[in-house]
Amino acid sequence: MSESGVPELVGAGVEEERSQSGGRRMVLNMGPQHPSTHGVLRLVLELDGETIVSCQPEIGYLHTGIEKEFEVKNYQQAVTLTDRVDYLAPLSMNLGYCLAVEKLLQLEIPPQAQWMRVMLTELTRLNSHLVWLGTHALDIGAMTVFLYCFREREEILKIFEQFSGQRMMTSYFRIGGLALEPPRGWHERVKTFIDAFPSRIDEYENLLTNNRIWIGRTKGVGVISLEDMLDLGVTGPMLRAAGLKMDARKDAPYSSYEKFDFEVPTRTENDVYARYLLRLEEMRQSLRIIRQAMDGMPPGPWKADAPHVVLPDREKMKTQMEALIFHFKIVTEGFRVPEGEVFQVIESPRGELGYYVVSDGTTMPYRVHMRTPSFGNLQAVPKMVEGVLIADVIASIGSMDFVLGDTDR
Amino acid sequence: MLPDHLKEHSAAVAVDAFDADAVKAGKFQHGELTLEIAPGKIASVCGFLKYDQKFIRISTVTAVDRHPAEPRFEIVYHLHCIERNQRLRLKCRLAGAEPAIDSVTGVWRGANWYEREVFDLFGVRFLNHPDLRRILMPDDWEGHPLRKDYPITGQRV
Repeated sequence: MSESGVPELVGAGVEEERSQSGGRRMVLNMGPQHPSTHGVLRLVLELDGETIVSCQPEIGYLHTGIEKEFEVKNYQQAVTLTDRVDYLAPLSMNLGYCLAVEKLLQLEIPPQAQWMRVMLTELTRLNSHLVWLGTHALDIGAMTVFLYCFREREEILKIFEQFSGQRMMTSYFRIGGLALEPPRGWHERVKTFIDAFPSRIDEYENLLTNNRIWIGRTKGVGVISLEDMLDLGVTGPMLRAAGLKMDARKDAPYSSYEKFDFEVPTRTENDVYARYLLRLEEMRQSLRIIRQAMDGMPPGPWKADAPHVVLPDREKMKTQMEALIFHFKIVTEGFRVPEGEVFQVIESPRGELGYYVVSDGTTMPYRVHMRTPSFGNLQAVPKMVEGVLIADVIASIGSMDFVLGDTDR
Repeated sequence: MLPDHLKEHSAAVAVDAFDADAVKAGKFQHGELTLEIAPGKIASVCGFLKYDQKFIRISTVTAVDRHPAEPRFEIVYHLHCIERNQRLRLKCRLAGAEPAIDSVTGVWRGANWYEREVFDLFGVRFLNHPDLRRILMPDDWEGHPLRKDYPITGQRV
């Protein structure tokens, strides 16, 4: 053991030693390159036979210093950093940051932009849940589901591409509204998708819900008490699968969520299977929200009337001197944000996403801290897997739905 | 001493009643309540807030470096009371030389990684922390990247 308490395992994946009881204890390094950890998570597992004696997660392999980078970008440029944190839910990341800065600026966002934001973040939730379901099933051995999920995900990415020009790093929400005018024909495209999607969810259910292997691998696995989860900082679907109705979309509605009719599903079994059923139900609820947003999309502008923050239209820029001056100022130095601090919480597909933004009155954030759901959730891994069989580790950590970019920032 | 304009906020009044010396200042801005707590009292105030005021979750612990101003570091805690759907921000100011503060891991186990992160990136020590070592940067890294006097680019020579 090294000074830090983590076993030194240079050049070897496995280390054995005699335990006090005479049995053989083995230290196994799972990750940082393991196919089922979905990124660079390292779990140092101490095993007694096939039982986990202790588990120590090691993170930081994907730390890219994004919070430092924020401090040398102006507010609008920094939107592009947020995508790269949780790359499976880029629009949720955009939204949280924009809302935080808009709160500091006390900026009123027009209804169309707000509804568009709701619609696209819910599509992001579907996107994220699809990746989760596909890879989680793949880990447990059901390969077909993966192919089906990625088929639908591709459609969502095409919608994102139509809106923003990008499949993953969308940066489509900007401070003051949207980056571009919604594209012509988006309505048909989204409609085609959501009309087909409910039957696709049924397909996944057909493959898994009553599948004996799936049930055997997930029912009663990965249980951790609600008290432990709250104490350890777990949020999102994990809590809701344990019966706690905690969802920022209902508790502290943002971006007009209060105007939408949807349920926050909960379950009480609190195991991997319950989390699976819960996320499927969340997908159905997201569809309801998307449909309402699409059908009731209010007309009007898609960016705020705030010339000192939002870039002017091209046409105005060429005909009006003030517009040209504002354009020049915003592009060259950005805009000033009044001194203050906010903590904006939104519900990302993984749980509570909080942006703590501190402004010192200049054009660049003084400090941005991201309270990311994966970081909090991963803290509960040891509690969840200690004492269980090694095969259940895969199912348990899969059910958390973490993203390492989101953890390490 | 609790500022007068915070007298209508129950959490602020409760903390003030619990320990009048603990609250040094506070503000209510953008609908968010901030209380500035004396650094020596943070663990006891947090214990009170969790067990008496039902702030059963700690959302995050982070820091802000005000370099070159003194006191240099602000340690920021975001608490969440699910029952009353209420959030609260606590703030402690620490001097720049060998900053240290009591850990709140004894109150919420979930503070563990957040405090490790602040230790790693700001170099603030948390006393009575069960496992205080770097979490995001490599173990042998020198310096604390989120400090304002740490360069954003450059080669290590």
